[in-house]
Amino acid sequence: MSLLTPDAGLLFWMLLSFGAVFFLLAKYGFPVIVKMVEERRAYIQQSLDAAKAANDKIEELKRESDAIIASARAEQTKILHEAHTFRDSIINSAKEEAGKLTSKLIDDAKKEIEQEREKSMKMIRNQVAELSVNIAGKVIRKELEGNDAHMDLIEKYIKETTSIKS
Amino acid sequence: MRKRVRHIAILLLAAIVVLPCHLFGKEIDAKQIIFSHISDSYEWHITTWGQKHITVPLPIIVIDKSWRLNVFLSSKVENGALYNNFKIADNGEFSGKVVEIGQNGEISRPIDISLTKSALALVINSLILTILILIVARWYRRKPMTPPTGFVGAMEIFIMDINDNVIKPSIGENYKKFAPYLLTAFFFIFINNVMGLIPLFPGGANTTGNIAVTMVLALCTFFVVNISGTKQYWKETVWPDVPLWMKVPLPLMPLIEIFSVFSKPFALMIRLFANIMAGHAIILSLTVLIFITVAMGPAVNTSMTVISVILSIFMNCLELLVAYIQAYVFTMLSAIFIGLSQVGRKKVGTC
Repeated sequence: MSLLTPDAGLLFWMLLSFGAVFFLLAKYGFPVIVKMVEERRAYIQQSLDAAKAANDKIEELKRESDAIIASARAEQTKILHEAHTFRDSIINSAKEEAGKLTSKLIDDAKKEIEQEREKSMKMIRNQVAELSVNIAGKVIRKELEGNDAHMDLIEKYIKETTSIKS
Repeated sequence: MRKRVRHIAILLLAAIVVLPCHLFGKEIDAKQIIFSHISDSYEWHITTWGQKHITVPLPIIVIDKSWRLNVFLSSKVENGALYNNFKIADNGEFSGKVVEIGQNGEISRPIDISLTKSALALVINSLILTILILIVARWYRRKPMTPPTGFVGAMEIFIMDINDNVIKPSIGENYKKFAPYLLTAFFFIFINNVMGLIPLFPGGANTTGNIAVTMVLALCTFFVVNISGTKQYWKETVWPDVPLWMKVPLPLMPLIEIFSVFSKPFALMIRLFANIMAGHAIILSLTVLIFITVAMGPAVNTSMTVISVILSIFMNCLELLVAYIQAYVFTMLSAIFIGLSQVGRKKVGTC
């Protein structure tokens, strides 16, 4: 049956056309296409990887900056706290000092006042004594002018005092 | 949808009523019609219009006994005419072939490399395929690193699917060496299958349903498999790893293995040939059904026409699928046979 017996002429043409197609496509067709597609695929993969790496880097940097900010914030609170306590201590010590100083000043002033008072009291006493002696002297002199007995008595006392003194 | 179907049915009915009546009573040789299409011929018969045959004459190229090259158009030897001692034999051993008639009237067959219908169809399809693929390749060379759209994009999906899902997993490590051959085989078979389904002039020829065509393809696979086979492949073929009594004194297993070396490409050849030839035969039979039933009266003829058209549409869709499947199967089996001959080499994963 001719259907199952290959025809020599057609074999020849088939070999020729398939050979030509194979030669052309295997040289200029399929390898070019496959190579280009694979290159593009590799390029896309590479770009994706690069983007992923960049993303990771950004994430890492963000984490780092967050950590830095957090530590800075902690530092700030610590410094503020320290400053607060330091200020308090300064104020307290200043208050104490001031208190001491004022009490000392007050004491000094008090002492001075006391001294001045005593001094003036002495003076006043002296003056009062002098005045009273003068007045008493004047009164006594008036009294005495008429009475010799008193004069004698005075003389006698004076003598006594001087004798006691000597 | 149903409305459209009814429209088609009415149109068909009208066509049958108007059909020239000379068909009635005329015996139709369905077998002859089908076989004349499936087998090769020296001219390309397009249609018969009334009584007139519209054919494309093709060159007949024969080398006669005295080693002279003779080239002439097939129209010269039409209807049994004699030209330069050559004629187309109408019966006998060389029925339907060009024969040389010697001085004493003895008939002999010259070396015949005529550009027959199938040969011309092969050349046309090869040209189409080469141009298509080279256009795609040129696009890639011009615009590297840009994703293709439209036709080139579709071709890329097609090519890369075969490359990545058929060739790569079947062969393994050095698949790159065989990919061009397998891709060429796939697209060559596919375009010939599809062109065979187009009923108009450049298509419609039964190329991959011809055993000479599939034989060349199968032989290519045979040579690729056995020439590129590794040492281990030959060792497994000639001296397989089985109990000794199966090899000595009677070489049972080696015989089977060596037989399989030849049976594999033979199966490839027959599978492709039979599938495509059967597809053509079925579609033609369904079409011929219309003309056979003319003799049975208008009622039977009309109903059979409707059935025939519906079945033809179905078969054409199926053949489109078969066109792809057979190209795919041929490529996949070739790749697997090559992969088996590459034993001892590493496998690669698919993506």
